[in-house]
Amino acid sequence: MSTELTVDEVRELAAAVVDPEIPVLTIEDLGVLRSVDRGTDGRVVVTITPTYSGCPAMDVITADIRGTLSAHGAEDVEVRTVLAPAWTTDWMSEQGKRKLVEYGIAPPGERRSSGGPVLIELAPRCPRCGSGRTRLVSRFGSTACKSIYSCQECLEPFDHFKAI
Amino acid sequence: MTAPTLPASTMELAPTVQYVLRLGDDALVLAQRLGEWSAKAPELEEDVALTNIALDLLGQARALLSYAGRLEDAGRDEDALAFLRDERDWVNVQLVEQPGGDFADTIARQLFFSAYQYELYGRLVDSADETLAAVAAKAVKEVAYHRDHAARWVVRLGDGTEISHARMQAGLERMWPYVGELFDSDELERGLAGQRIAVDSAKLRAPWRHFVDEVVAEATLSITEGLWTAPGGGRRGIHTESFGYLLAEMQHLHRSHPGGRW
Repeated sequence: MSTELTVDEVRELAAAVVDPEIPVLTIEDLGVLRSVDRGTDGRVVVTITPTYSGCPAMDVITADIRGTLSAHGAEDVEVRTVLAPAWTTDWMSEQGKRKLVEYGIAPPGERRSSGGPVLIELAPRCPRCGSGRTRLVSRFGSTACKSIYSCQECLEPFDHFKAI
Repeated sequence: MTAPTLPASTMELAPTVQYVLRLGDDALVLAQRLGEWSAKAPELEEDVALTNIALDLLGQARALLSYAGRLEDAGRDEDALAFLRDERDWVNVQLVEQPGGDFADTIARQLFFSAYQYELYGRLVDSADETLAAVAAKAVKEVAYHRDHAARWVVRLGDGTEISHARMQAGLERMWPYVGELFDSDELERGLAGQRIAVDSAKLRAPWRHFVDEVVAEATLSITEGLWTAPGGGRRGIHTESFGYLLAEMQHLHRSHPGGRW
């Protein structure tokens, strides 16, 4: 018989699972891990939410949660994906934002309302040299959650985590 | 020997299932069309942009088709609905299936459709159906970005060189005949709108037109009135000539290797 893990132990293990695309961030840093509870049938339910509808990392994250828990003897765990409430970069922890900068990705800034026909982006600071003189290269980047900038000061290109 | 039971024709399904399929089919077919730009876009950044938009739409389609399958409760999952339905059982609008071989055609299609999806999802967040409301709340953020991307390109090409202006104008005129169908709500949709499940798309026309007119004016382009209007029928499974080829490409692998896995 497998060792029974408490809800808190499961939460601790699940929270340490990292994003496969940005491995310096855990799913807790990202706000992708929503809750860990015991369901009415006694099973532990880990609830996660995708950053974007088509985020391909969700399948990997689900498998990694199962893998970690099963390695610690918890086989009978349900990993549930929910869409509501919709994920927002506001859920990213301050620690997560600091880790992003260290990794070379500019963290998401304040969200703006999308009222007008054409949005004006506030340029993020270069995560390498800290300069505010940065230029948008592409509104879409290597993953759905990022856009590409370049720094006019140190001339390095960098990823920016889009605020949504 | 008993004959195998064939899945029901889409038009025989319960109204809510049909409605969810309409939204899901729109997203999936456009995702497939945008995927055609992979490694072929005019510049690398655009290659990344169009395939990222396709990925968002694919994610929306997966959520919607899975939900349609659960509602139907006849054992069809997202894959069965995506890969095992024939042309007449698809209920997407004809706009999304139009070939976008010219970049300006693709951008015109993106402007018209993402502006429509933006108005639609923006209202569907209040749906009495919790799953539809959740999908819409997620998708509306993505679609706002798609709409912005298309608007920027329309302005850049329209207010660009003589050639880019002429081609963007031609793109708008190429797609315009398929716009009418977006707002052509039928009894099924109005019935569900009455129950606050669906949104009556006829009511989206005015805000949609307001947005499109602003972008087109800024781009120094125009909407030519009096162009022909396609007869439509996508919501009843009637499609244009190129759709069968799209399905053949999309479904071939799954049908040739049933149950195949990577």
